[in-house]
Amino acid sequence: MLGEGILKGLAQTAKNFAGSYVSEERLTTVQYPEERLPVAEASRVFPFLVFDGSEWLGGMRCVACQICEKECPPKCIYIEKSKDKKPDYVGKQQFYPVRFDIDISVCMSCQICVEVCPFEAIKMDTAFELATDDRFGGLLLDRQQLAKSNEYYHSIHPTEASEVDARLDEEKVKAEAKAKAAAPAAAAKPPAPAGGKD
Amino acid sequence: MSTFETIPESTSQTSAEHLAERLSKSITAAAEADRREGWNRPPVFLPESENGVLEVAMGPHHPSTHGVFRMDVSVDGERVIRLKPVFGYLHRNHEKIAEGTAYLASMPYTDRLDYFCSLTNNWAYALAVEKLAGIQVPERAEYIRVILAELTRIQNHAAAVGFLLQDMGASGTPLMYAFREREKILDLFEQLTGSRMMCNYMRFGGCRVDVTDAWLDRARRLVAGMPQFVDEFEALLTTNEILMVRCQGIGALKPDLAVNAGVTGPMLRATGVNYDLRKVDHYGIYDRFKFRIPLGDHGDVYDRYMVRILEIREAVHILEQALKEIPAGPIMDPKTKLRGFRPKPGEAYGRIEAPKGELGFYLISDGGSNPYRYRVRPPSMINLTVLEDMCLGHNVADVVVILGSVDIVLGEVDR
Repeated sequence: MLGEGILKGLAQTAKNFAGSYVSEERLTTVQYPEERLPVAEASRVFPFLVFDGSEWLGGMRCVACQICEKECPPKCIYIEKSKDKKPDYVGKQQFYPVRFDIDISVCMSCQICVEVCPFEAIKMDTAFELATDDRFGGLLLDRQQLAKSNEYYHSIHPTEASEVDARLDEEKVKAEAKAKAAAPAAAAKPPAPAGGKD
Repeated sequence: MSTFETIPESTSQTSAEHLAERLSKSITAAAEADRREGWNRPPVFLPESENGVLEVAMGPHHPSTHGVFRMDVSVDGERVIRLKPVFGYLHRNHEKIAEGTAYLASMPYTDRLDYFCSLTNNWAYALAVEKLAGIQVPERAEYIRVILAELTRIQNHAAAVGFLLQDMGASGTPLMYAFREREKILDLFEQLTGSRMMCNYMRFGGCRVDVTDAWLDRARRLVAGMPQFVDEFEALLTTNEILMVRCQGIGALKPDLAVNAGVTGPMLRATGVNYDLRKVDHYGIYDRFKFRIPLGDHGDVYDRYMVRILEIREAVHILEQALKEIPAGPIMDPKTKLRGFRPKPGEAYGRIEAPKGELGFYLISDGGSNPYRYRVRPPSMINLTVLEDMCLGHNVADVVVILGSVDIVLGEVDR
């Protein structure tokens, strides 16, 4: 019969329309911004810099090795290395970035900076409501805007952050043991850097 | 037809003659331009017509062209007598950028080729590099790749069919049903890779992060519910008389022309040619799964629609097997370094059956950290080359449907 297929289709539409009042399955839309879906734990938007402790500059993990700057596919990271050094999480003297800018209008959220970073210093944020009316300045984040505490990192990526902390603690213990072993032999010579030399 | 209104009253010519003269001038100019640009096209034959022949530029901002794509269509009344696809509006210099950066840095750029199926793009590129450098992929990673590729195929075909119906005037409903299911798959992608569409997930020698058991359970639940969705989708569409009238016998493609033009994917299989790289090329671990290749008969729009629907069903079968058999183990080849990756000099061509057809990456290495030559074989661009042959003789409204059935993504066509 001509029109049978159309009627069958309309029955489907009616089923879905009526179903949207009773079934969660059929009503999948959410009234954003009043209603929000939870952000997936693995979700990534733009990178940020992790710091330990309470002081953002003192605790910053980044040692300005510039690997992320070199590996970044769209080249949106700009780093200037410091002249002086400050102690890092194991107490070793390291450089730090006097300038660390990420142009998030260029960044494509690919996470390659996170993967190549040997110091667990740069991670992906999940904040996505970043609209601004300042096209240039508002989208160029400097190191202070990028710095977020380790607690914040734990709050957005709990599993990943715990793994990172465990890894860093292990390294710290190893470095301390090494320092203890090396101390009587050659107290003057600091141990060789763990990595990041290019 | 504002062209008629602009003709001054005082001219001795009739409006049709005036139009024909203008048209012949523009045809001559176009032919000259073709010759200058090195196009070797057959001469355009314009039949005499009392209505005159009208040249219409469909696009680049036409909503049915799925992006910035232009078709210069010559129409005689409603009938298409010549069609020239013009692309390049979304050219982003993908290949040259890739030749200037490290191998790894091209991976996120491949997401942006066919932005509907970033995971299959990742896989094709990873496959090419793995061939080039001779990297072995662990078993678990191969299974994850198959699972993600088939999920990508489902969401791409669902969306393609939805868009096809949208082009036909079924405004909204089928597309929204398709997107409702697609969204569930994209949620899975986000939970695993961190991003819904720009996944950047595969790495040379494996995958970036491991799948959890919770993720696999969720995927199993989704796959279990998928046949119900396809049944509902088919009840809505397959026997719909309007869809059948609009699709059957429209845009028929001959198998020999399809083969000669290098058409691949659902478009080729809709013509009845049994060619699927999953069966032909034995890449990955597809040999281990039982699945059938749906084939069409007439090569028209309806067959392409049917082949896509049936491919969703076959993808569900593959997923059921893969999700059941996935073994434990490592997901990355331990010998492959992330940074400082320098394959030995040589060349490789890695190709996979992407949802739109054969997606290939051709790489030449000179031993450096970036490829000497990097070339993409995009399925949707090569499938577009037969657009004129499919459209000739049909109505303008059918051009939109035929283009929708090719399933192009301009990010891949223009690169």
